[in-house]
Amino acid sequence: MSYSEKTRGLYQSVIQGMKDAGLLKQERYIHSPQAAEIEVEFPSGSALKKVINMCANNYLGLSSHPEVVKAAHAGLDSRGYGMSSVRFICGTQDIHRELEQVTTKFLGTEDTILFPSCMDANAGVFEAILTKDDVMISDRLVHASLIDGIRLCSAMQDTFKHSDMAHLEQKLEMHQDRRLRLVITDGVFSMDGDTAKMDEMVALCEKYDAMLLVDDSHSSGFIGKTGRGTHEKYGVVGKIDVITTTFGKALGGATGGCVSGRKELVEMCRQKARPYLFSNTIAPVVVEGILKVFEILNASTERRDKLERNAAYWRKGLQEAGFVLKEGDTPIVPVMLFNAKLAQDFSRALYEDGVYAVGFFFPVVPQSQARIRTQLSAGHEIHHLDKALDAFVKAGKKFEILGKTRQEIIDRFGM
Amino acid sequence: MADELKDVVLKYVIAEYSEEGSDPISFDTPLISGGIVDSFSMVSLKRFLENKYKISIPDDQATPEAFDTVDKIAVLVRRFTQA
Repeated sequence: MSYSEKTRGLYQSVIQGMKDAGLLKQERYIHSPQAAEIEVEFPSGSALKKVINMCANNYLGLSSHPEVVKAAHAGLDSRGYGMSSVRFICGTQDIHRELEQVTTKFLGTEDTILFPSCMDANAGVFEAILTKDDVMISDRLVHASLIDGIRLCSAMQDTFKHSDMAHLEQKLEMHQDRRLRLVITDGVFSMDGDTAKMDEMVALCEKYDAMLLVDDSHSSGFIGKTGRGTHEKYGVVGKIDVITTTFGKALGGATGGCVSGRKELVEMCRQKARPYLFSNTIAPVVVEGILKVFEILNASTERRDKLERNAAYWRKGLQEAGFVLKEGDTPIVPVMLFNAKLAQDFSRALYEDGVYAVGFFFPVVPQSQARIRTQLSAGHEIHHLDKALDAFVKAGKKFEILGKTRQEIIDRFGM
Repeated sequence: MADELKDVVLKYVIAEYSEEGSDPISFDTPLISGGIVDSFSMVSLKRFLENKYKISIPDDQATPEAFDTVDKIAVLVRRFTQA
């Protein structure tokens, strides 16, 4: 009842501690629609600055696509603004089920259930399909939302070293006495931009009678020849038992997520997943926008093809300039700086030159692995990338890191 | 005997948790409070010990404190092997 000065002081000292450690996150206010170029107010109160956005999850450039916006407008007119109910009471419209069916077809699964977000899908799926007699074996670098979902589940928890298939096999062997085994991975790992070895994981899961769950949030819409996701890239469409993914990144970028996979597992979520049962689903206006996104993607691979070309162009440009990059072939290209302060200073220098790309450091990534994570979009044109590259090279020269190895950068700036 | 037990546990911990470029792990390295072993991964460590030494460690005794160093793990394991 009482928010005493003592209580206030306690929170103030915690926040001050974050500030002192340079870990306080500050939002930058964008005054324009999400796009390759945006108008930003930063710091708060300063004049608007037009910058190239190199850190959005707007992989396909559909967040502000005119056809998507038009479809959302039409959805607002035809189905209203909100549902004022959870799905199973009176919160399901025909278009919610239509979106589930369209998603199922796109991902090549058996059925789909919508959630308010993929964070919610991951929070709900494990407890809905597993019991204390089962085991979850997750890659050690899976996304925070999967970790939270795993924590909410009573099944036994274990991990394997990142993408280490021999280690995963050991764990599968060790847990043969459990009722069910569920292997858990990201499709594309969001901080490093590498992909899970889906084909090898499917083979191991078949050998050791385990189910496989992949969070394909950083893949759906653009990884694989027709953008279905990492399962398409590795030729295992139809063999993934559970795919969780988001509509908040490439697939329109608004909100919403889903669990898609074996129909019995989806049904278990419909009956038991708490974020589904106790929260409104995606608003009708957003559902109509996502349906349009799928229509665009089903008609042509043009956008994912352009994204692939942009990513290759960007990676090559950074490599030739002499930056240390994380290996990979996805639109996530991390520029490694190792030192947290250097990452922050580098980001600031980029911003001054009209490029928006934030620094990531501990605890978001491991200690001494600080980086600028760049993300490509089909909305980028070559002139955007050339301008951004110029800014990166200028900052690289300023901090004298071009052509330097990891060790040389650490020797100069510290871990 | 005690040293042999500690060697076995240390060898397992290194194989299981040591990553490329990480600091070396020794008998008194804080594993859980030092962030090397997370609460998820403690399960497999507990299962390894139980299988290897044919013991059963009750969940209320498999605390992060009791698992925090190889030295402490050895004490815990000895308590059950001698029981």
